[in-house]
Amino acid sequence: MSDQEYTPKSKVGKWFNDRLPLLTLANHLTDYPTPKNLNYWWTFGGILTFCLITQIITGIILGMHYVAHADLAFQSVEHIMRNVNYGWLIRYVHANGASMFFLAVYIHIFRSLYYGSYKSPREVIWIIGMLIYFLMMATAFMGYVLPWGQMSFWGATVITNLFSAIPLIGDSITTWLWGGYSVDNPTLTRFFSLHYLFPFLILGLVVLHIWALHVPGNNNPIGIDIKKPSKDTVPFHPYIVIKDLFALLIFLIIFAFFVFFSPNILGHADNYIEANPLVTPAHIVPEWYLLPFYAILRSVPDKLLGVIAMFAAIFVLVILPWLDTSKVRSTVFRPVYKQFYWFLVADVLILGYVGAMPAEGLYLLIARVATAYYFAHFLIILPFLGMKEKTTPLPLSITEPVLGGSADMAMARNNTDFKEKL
Amino acid sequence: MSDSDKKKPNRRDFILTATTAAGAVGVGAAVWPLVDQMNPDASVKALASTEVDISSVQPGQSITVIWRGKPVFIKRRTQDEIDSARAVDLSELKHPEKDEDRAKNPEWLVMLGVCTHLGCVPLTDKGDYNAWFCPCHGSHYDTSGRIRKGPAPTNMEVPKYEFVNSNTIKIG
Repeated sequence: MSDQEYTPKSKVGKWFNDRLPLLTLANHLTDYPTPKNLNYWWTFGGILTFCLITQIITGIILGMHYVAHADLAFQSVEHIMRNVNYGWLIRYVHANGASMFFLAVYIHIFRSLYYGSYKSPREVIWIIGMLIYFLMMATAFMGYVLPWGQMSFWGATVITNLFSAIPLIGDSITTWLWGGYSVDNPTLTRFFSLHYLFPFLILGLVVLHIWALHVPGNNNPIGIDIKKPSKDTVPFHPYIVIKDLFALLIFLIIFAFFVFFSPNILGHADNYIEANPLVTPAHIVPEWYLLPFYAILRSVPDKLLGVIAMFAAIFVLVILPWLDTSKVRSTVFRPVYKQFYWFLVADVLILGYVGAMPAEGLYLLIARVATAYYFAHFLIILPFLGMKEKTTPLPLSITEPVLGGSADMAMARNNTDFKEKL
Repeated sequence: MSDSDKKKPNRRDFILTATTAAGAVGVGAAVWPLVDQMNPDASVKALASTEVDISSVQPGQSITVIWRGKPVFIKRRTQDEIDSARAVDLSELKHPEKDEDRAKNPEWLVMLGVCTHLGCVPLTDKGDYNAWFCPCHGSHYDTSGRIRKGPAPTNMEVPKYEFVNSNTIKIG
């Protein structure tokens, strides 16, 4: 952090800043020293902020036209699509925006996993991030219920029934969540209320996430501690701002492709049929971004244990900073972990695929193996690998590999004291 | 705080404890309405019973009616279906219940058409037992609505119901 005292140039600015130091904050954000080797995987924080703002703005607009009532919701969504000026555009941006949001958040999370951004001293950033991710899933789920189509209704039924697996009080909890004896109008209206609220909770957590980030500063692709500010850093503005904007532009091209050329490809045709409590669609499938967890739920043959496994799959991520015992952050210097990292990526993709398939035969077997491997990765491989793995030598600074280490540096690296510190 | 202070609670400690306790009760009392408003309201509870005319249901046929927002299956079973339900050995069942206890009048099986796994509506005359099959996660039920195969933990629930007369069932 740039901690040198900042004084606004103008008299008015100084007068205001003495009373509310907003200009000091703005100065901190512009001058914020950032590692100069950040690659494009680091641009997703900015992209995610953009996604959140887009969802909030389009959501507020949709809320002006949408009617949260079991008899009217479905028609009001069609009204938005057909009658409201640009309603189709705003709704497609909102619906596909959710998918783009999750696409970006998954890249952001796997970036952290690759470069060890969750490790000390950044555990709190990581945990807040996981809270955001959890709230995102809850928000997306409730938003998907609002159009009151068949997938909305039955998705809501299946997910709220997860709570009925809790022994003794499960049924009372589901009745309480529903406000009745099944998913019905009271469920819809409360989901609308909470779907409106949660993004603002996420926004608050994003502020904390960034605040917590600005205490130790960014991690970087080689994962070493750097002095800030120094020749290893550049100011956030304009260097990172421009890079983030360029990445956002590329991201927006993909976003626009979905919105304008295949706005329904990520949804389900069944959701254009109005909710019918008497008929369950043949295949209930959640949105793509929840599929890995859905696969884990279905791979366990017992109802309660399945639900526990699903929530454990998320919780295991929260405690990740303490499961990974390796002190070396970046995977660049961890040759063995690098392979396991890509196994995990493949494993999650496989879980996502089998989550979309019927839970029977070979698919079920694959789902079970992949679920077992998912937990093994976090609970067995990571703790042991950190203790056993022989990592490759870390550079002393970001510039060293480029400019070539001086003789002093080479000596320092061979110094055993220093090795231990790493 | 020295050790002697810790050992001897004085009047201030008493006041602090009493105030905290009273405050906790007050907060609890204030929060309860905010929580309880989410439970089923009076209008939902008012729909607690429904009467169904079953005079036109043929043997082997099943009708679905809505009770408390949930589907209820009313199945007029054939003699074969009754026999196969009653011939089952209870030790084979995941959730042992006698068919005699589930269908007081053996011809009529009345139960919630809700899979006990995650709440989908099972399909009629499908599955390994040619009775009910849930398409969501593959639970198979027999002609008594008992779980035989798949992830559902219990049999489909039999609601409270009575025959008002030979043509009418009152559910609830």
